[in-house]
Amino acid sequence: MNFSEVFKQSNQLCKVSPDGKYLATCVQYRLVVRDVSTLQILQLYTCLDQISHMDWSSDSLFILCAMYKRGLVQVWSLEQPDWHCKIDEGSIGLVSSRWSPDGRHILNTTEFHLRVTVWSLCTKAVSYIKYPKACQKGIDFSRDGCYMALAERRDCKDYVSVFVCDDWHLLRHFETETQDLAGLEWSPNGCVLAVWDSCLEYKVLLYSLDGRLLSAYSAYEWSLGVKSVTWSPNSQFLAIGSYDEKVRILNHITWKKITQFEHPSSINNTKAVVYKEVEKRTAVGSDDLSLHITIGTALYNTRSKYEICPSPVQIPVVKPDPDRANPKIGVSSLAFSSDSRYLATKNGGFQVQSLNWHRSGDSLMLLGKEQLCLCYMDTDQEDK
Amino acid sequence: MPESSLGFISPEVKDTCSSSVECRSPPLIQFSQSSVPLHRNYILSTFCTEHNVQECLSHINQEVSSLGLPPVWTESSGSSEMNVMAVLNCMYDLIQLHHRGLRTLENMEVEQLKSSSNVDHLQRTSTQLKEQLELSKRGNTGLLERERQLHLKVKSLQNCLKNEKDEVQKLQNIIASRASQYNHEMKRKEREFTKLKERLNQLLVDKKEKKQAIDVLNNIGRADGKRSLWKTQKTEAKHEGEMYKTLLSDYDTRQREMLLENAELKKVLQQIKKEMVSILSLRKPIRKDDKHPDAGIQADSEDEEQVFDSSKESVGLFSVHAREKLTNSIRLQWRRLKSHVERLDSQASLAQMGENKTDDAISRETHEEEMDRLKLEIQPCKDFIQTQQQLLQQQLSSPCDEETTSLLSNCYMLQERERFREEWKTLEKQRNLFERERRNCTEAAIRLSHERKAFEDDRAVWLKHQFLNLSPFADLRKPQMSKSKSCFLISETESSASSAPEKLIKCRSDTTSPTPRCVPLTSASTADMHRTVCLVPEKRSTKPNGKTDHVEESRLFCNGNVPEQHEQWNNREDHSSQTLLMESTCSI
Repeated sequence: MNFSEVFKQSNQLCKVSPDGKYLATCVQYRLVVRDVSTLQILQLYTCLDQISHMDWSSDSLFILCAMYKRGLVQVWSLEQPDWHCKIDEGSIGLVSSRWSPDGRHILNTTEFHLRVTVWSLCTKAVSYIKYPKACQKGIDFSRDGCYMALAERRDCKDYVSVFVCDDWHLLRHFETETQDLAGLEWSPNGCVLAVWDSCLEYKVLLYSLDGRLLSAYSAYEWSLGVKSVTWSPNSQFLAIGSYDEKVRILNHITWKKITQFEHPSSINNTKAVVYKEVEKRTAVGSDDLSLHITIGTALYNTRSKYEICPSPVQIPVVKPDPDRANPKIGVSSLAFSSDSRYLATKNGGFQVQSLNWHRSGDSLMLLGKEQLCLCYMDTDQEDK
Repeated sequence: MPESSLGFISPEVKDTCSSSVECRSPPLIQFSQSSVPLHRNYILSTFCTEHNVQECLSHINQEVSSLGLPPVWTESSGSSEMNVMAVLNCMYDLIQLHHRGLRTLENMEVEQLKSSSNVDHLQRTSTQLKEQLELSKRGNTGLLERERQLHLKVKSLQNCLKNEKDEVQKLQNIIASRASQYNHEMKRKEREFTKLKERLNQLLVDKKEKKQAIDVLNNIGRADGKRSLWKTQKTEAKHEGEMYKTLLSDYDTRQREMLLENAELKKVLQQIKKEMVSILSLRKPIRKDDKHPDAGIQADSEDEEQVFDSSKESVGLFSVHAREKLTNSIRLQWRRLKSHVERLDSQASLAQMGENKTDDAISRETHEEEMDRLKLEIQPCKDFIQTQQQLLQQQLSSPCDEETTSLLSNCYMLQERERFREEWKTLEKQRNLFERERRNCTEAAIRLSHERKAFEDDRAVWLKHQFLNLSPFADLRKPQMSKSKSCFLISETESSASSAPEKLIKCRSDTTSPTPRCVPLTSASTADMHRTVCLVPEKRSTKPNGKTDHVEESRLFCNGNVPEQHEQWNNREDHSSQTLLMESTCSI
């Protein structure tokens, strides 16, 4: 694998444009746009303050840079470098900022989640949405960009509002049967909205697009509940990862559990193949002078290979402190492959930041704190 | 009465009194018997009579002395009168003894009674104790049983307790985690609250309120390029409509998929049903015993169903009735198939058992037939073997008949000898032939060497002539020589005309010393040899002119280049030598 030179960035703000042509990175208060293939700097923008958040618009024409401390959002255009746009939230503050799916509206969540301001770049019009909920995932756009679901909390009750992204018209507004709504997610076909409760109660509710409750699912009571939820790309399955280290899969016809996967600490399954990375470090010189150099080279010189562990395999598990809130146990991230054949799950306190499948569905990328791992699946081409 | 009884006994006493020893027992019997009569004052007088007084006296003396009492009568005193005192004493002693005896008897009876009563008592107590023991044993087992049950109960309760404890622990853990979660949330909310408060304070204090504003250089167009619409009821309705459209389309697709799936499954079911029906219909004519009385009805219903289904094939798949009918019919068919299979199984098992028997019956017959046949076959073989054995025995067990054995052995030897002789003869003949051939060969070789020598000389001369006389006139002489040579050639090649050049080569290879010059000849010369061989027989056909032609030919040959001719001559020479050899071989 070839690696380019190292580029500076701050706040882990480094994104490739949706069309895959440009790469934008933020360095303190500067926004650098490069060409993906040549990595040449195409544009350089300067913002007024340190950039806290940066995002591409869906059509890859605009980039928004949010500076939360100052309450400012600046939007830059790739086509017209001279074009500028500055949104000042004023004294109300800014907590999060995002694009709308059409790439022409910016949604700013004010401090303390007082309201969501929708700024239109086409008409300079402003819309306000009151009582947004401060939760893990309070806003979700449907995949086709038509609808937006927003979690609200009024009078100690949870509500969900469905907006039409076209003109921000409130389509539906309904109460949910959750104690404390933690997140919501549209299904890929945009017809079902999955809503789940906070970890104190295991409850997943499924609402149809017009606000009807289709089904409610609860695996158990009292213990800590849902940690992560994800839809399969074909909208047929909903995978729920919970704190009891199990993944439960619901089907879209009956919304009942069809299977559940466990994450035992010792793997005895004959069908499972466990790969263990074995590192072979080259000898580092003990000379003080050359220490700095050797460290650098040692990082690149360490050869690691994967060897297959014979079953049964004991996975080293670090038992987290159960007294702490939001303990590092349970299935924290799930990812379906694009053909919905495989599900990658991360359980426990392993240092895996993200799981991402390739579009073709046969390779998985694991991003850890210090390592990057690419897994290729040996798929049998039976029938496409 | 007693007198009569006593009288009965007395003759015995009389008889036995003569012998003192023998007398003893009967009087004692008499004595014991008469103890009771004595008590009742019965008279016992027949013991002593006037005749046997002495004997009685002595007897009594003996008896008394045996009892340990002083004698009644001493013999020393001559008088027949007894000592009355002694007698009375004796009597008194006897009476005392008797009393004592009676007392002891009484005592013993009493003792016996006592002991018997004791025994009874003991028996009773023992039975009682046994019963008690039994009871206590039963009681003990009962107690043990109870104890065991209680143990089990204790164990189960302990398990329950452990489970409960575990559950309590689990619940406590849950409560603890929930509590920590709540606390965390509370803290978070409190922090947010304080921040809000601070912010509020700040806002109240802060005079300058920064208004929110957007500053855009120029409006950018919409993403889809259309103009934005006003928010009206129409747009709202449109949005609603669009939303329902998406939902409906989703339901449509799902329904379509399900229809397809249903169709597939129905097809499969139909297929299964058809196959089941076909299997069952195949079986129907085979099975003779109609154990199902309603088979006819079932068949009818089946036909009905088939007719029904075929008529409603296109539409029926989608109606509830058809679906139900299909499932019902499949269930029915399956049940029938199952029962049929079960029947077959039972039949098969029965048949197997029956078959085994019938097989035995059948096979036995055939088996017997086979056996007879085999026996018949075996019989001559056995006879044959027997005769052979006999012969062998005779042979082995007849060492005395040496002549015959020697004859026999000689027979074999003779046969072999005959064979060897014949072979020897043939070999001898061959050897002679070879000898002859060898001789011929050697002679031929010798001749050849001679001729060679002569030829060499001739050649040398000829060459000399040739060199010396390089003029056309020299031809006149040469033909003479060549003629002879050619004649020789002709004569020699007659027989070998048909021979292949290979033979020549072979001969060449076989010959050793006589023709050393043949060796350096290459295969290229064989071509020439071919030519010469071909040419020679051709010329031979025209016999009258053959020689002249040859002469001409040779002339032609001679007129060519010298080394060529040389070669030719060489070839010719070798050819001739080889033909000579061939001749020799052919002659054989």
